[in-house]
Amino acid sequence: MDKAQTVAPAQAGAAPLDTPQHPQADPGLRRGDAISDEPAVTLDAFLDSQTNATAVRLEAGDDARALLPYLDRIALVEVSFPSFRDGRGYSAARVLREAGYTGELRAQGDVLVDQMPLMKRCGFDSFAPQAEIDPATLEAALTRYENVYQKAADGRVPVWALRHG
Amino acid sequence: MYKYDQYDQQIVDARVEEFRDQVRRRLAGQITEDQFKPLRLMNGLYLQLHAYMLRVAIPYGTLDSRQMRMLATIARKYDRGYGHFTTRQNIQYNWIKLSDAPDILADLATVEMHAIQTSGNCIRNISSDQYAGAAADEVADPRIWAELLRQWSTFHPEFSYLPRKFKIAVIGAEEDRAAMRLHDIGIQLLERDGVLGGRIYVGGGMGRTPMIAPEIKDFVTADDLLSYVEACLRVYNRYGRRDNIYKARIKILIHELGADEYRRQVEEEFAHVKSLGLDPPKAEFDRITAFFAPPAFSTDAPETIDRRDPDFAVWVDQNTAAHKQPGYAIVTISLKPTGGIPGDATAEQIDLMADLAERYSFDELRVTHAQNIVLPHVRKADLYAIWQALDGAGLAPANLDLISDIIACPGLDYCSLANARSIPVAQKIATRFADQNRQRDLGELKLKISGCINACGHHHAGHIGILGVDKKGTENYQLLLGGSGAEDTSLAKITGPGFDEDGIVDAVETVTNVYLAKRAEGERFLDTYRRVGMEPFKEALYG
Amino acid sequence: MKLLTGNDLPTGDVLWWTGSSWSRHVEDAADVGDQGESIARAEEGARRVNGAYVIDATATPEGPRPAHIKDRVRALGPTVRPDLTLKPADPAAGSWVI
Repeated sequence: MDKAQTVAPAQAGAAPLDTPQHPQADPGLRRGDAISDEPAVTLDAFLDSQTNATAVRLEAGDDARALLPYLDRIALVEVSFPSFRDGRGYSAARVLREAGYTGELRAQGDVLVDQMPLMKRCGFDSFAPQAEIDPATLEAALTRYENVYQKAADGRVPVWALRHG
Repeated sequence: MYKYDQYDQQIVDARVEEFRDQVRRRLAGQITEDQFKPLRLMNGLYLQLHAYMLRVAIPYGTLDSRQMRMLATIARKYDRGYGHFTTRQNIQYNWIKLSDAPDILADLATVEMHAIQTSGNCIRNISSDQYAGAAADEVADPRIWAELLRQWSTFHPEFSYLPRKFKIAVIGAEEDRAAMRLHDIGIQLLERDGVLGGRIYVGGGMGRTPMIAPEIKDFVTADDLLSYVEACLRVYNRYGRRDNIYKARIKILIHELGADEYRRQVEEEFAHVKSLGLDPPKAEFDRITAFFAPPAFSTDAPETIDRRDPDFAVWVDQNTAAHKQPGYAIVTISLKPTGGIPGDATAEQIDLMADLAERYSFDELRVTHAQNIVLPHVRKADLYAIWQALDGAGLAPANLDLISDIIACPGLDYCSLANARSIPVAQKIATRFADQNRQRDLGELKLKISGCINACGHHHAGHIGILGVDKKGTENYQLLLGGSGAEDTSLAKITGPGFDEDGIVDAVETVTNVYLAKRAEGERFLDTYRRVGMEPFKEALYG
Repeated sequence: MKLLTGNDLPTGDVLWWTGSSWSRHVEDAADVGDQGESIARAEEGARRVNGAYVIDATATPEGPRPAHIKDRVRALGPTVRPDLTLKPADPAAGSWVI
């Protein structure tokens, strides 16, 4: 598998989510930061005390909490989605953001347009899909829901807060 | 009942457009069936034996006449003039075209309805007690909590790709009218020291490995509820099995971890999640509560019922239940006519029920998990007029909880998952026991039929359960006894070798005869079975 | 014999491969031999069918009869609603399924 190097493929939509003109652009979203091009090491390799890696890759079954003591020295966490049906990465992302992780959080693998809005809500701010993403379809998907019911990791205000100020 | 505000409406409208675009992309070949399938399932759209099937959500089984009329309109406009009410309080249409689905969802959205998350590996329709807001034994209306959970679970970004489906039920009384313990999460509302809270059970379910949910948390208040459930789901999403579809429900995770370890992990997660401020303020709980305020009951509604018509009297005795308000009653409309298809209703019948609700029940109806319809708030003085109208439309069988009040899944006549047909078996059994006096003598007897191991017919929870299987290419039926979906929850046990279609009808008759021979005063079939055990039934069946 | 069957993508109608096209009537179904998988892939790619799969069937004077009851139900319609089947006026149709 070629995922030791994590420069996102040069495909439409694979750049970090840079949406300065986005009508729902929220203040917490990274803008225009370069994608980390340091190779992401496995979780086991990262936890080895000898490493000074700053990019780590989580497989779907890895425990994101293992990274919590090291968040301030991590620039990139890449989370694998081996199948778009495998939803474990959504929890990994939220766990990291809830713990205060502010680095790049990338969804990699079977990442499709219809799941990307949910991934973004869970805190992902960059994407490395295996298949091409149509930018117009993605833009439509990202802007479709003006309101959300739940608080998540994207800073969007849930409906219950809008109702009660 | 709950009414949408601008935010609820915008969300449903956006969903319609999202699905319209997903269908367009599928038809244009921009996404494959493999990529599209979870998306259409999360909009309640299955590909079944004859056509697409659309499962429309009826949140906790509650709807008004305007919504009911729309369901009739959908049946006429897009389907073949009927709908099927399900064991999760929803409605299904069997003859849907994919190309019509976006327009159907658009029509539904005009009356605050949708098909969101009625299938897929996500949180499904929150179910509840069909007598909520009407029964005297209720501590609080469980639908308030169900509505909180509905909003929380809708498009939940972390929990849309779970290992498997996730079903939640909320009840508000000791009596369990919603099979709460057989859900992934079951919540029972109760009061402790004057404070309202919920007792949380996690890990129930039917299907291949039925389990009764153990208690995981004895008391959660409304302001902790969503954080607590979030923690329950997060542990499941992270650790539920994804290697085997038959081992992927949360009941398997809890069984494998043990309830204590699961609870420990949830508590750890809850402590963290609680700090995130996910719970809405009390003002939101109060806002939702106001929608479930009791209707403007008359305080002097007469108690007397004119019972001179004997058929009417039988129906009153069997199909009405006590209401908390004097002079009122709860009516169950049976969708189980002898020889009919359990749970089916024509568009005309649906319209009639809408009219009756609007006129006689403060414009409210409920769908029960036993596939019947309830008019929750009816004046006793109006019962006769209602019964006459129902009787004229074939909606007045007086068989609530009797042997002919069968729960049956659509089975192999409709469903691509099925191994055997369930409806013909239900029809034959109902016909065998058609005699009203015979049924009443047998008394409460909950008979449930599933056409496959997925158990949509709840056969594990039947006093008598029937499971259709494929035996070397032919349909075969296993008989089970002693299940219950009420607060005395138990799982039915198989009697022995299965039967063919005629054999299973005879077998049902055989076991009812054993019951009649052995019953003690006041015992239901279930009670006699629990007292005497399986042996006498096995003996009679197999010699 | 082997039949290739599936559903029409936009309508969900049950389809049977005739040898050159798709029919809604099992009487028109042709024996695909061992070509079923490759025909299915081509036809699904062109979106002329959805979810196609190969089944066993026996040849009878009335036409092919699918070996499994599930596919016979698909071929005709629900046994409990003869009026909604492809042969509402045929009293023998139900027994063909069972």
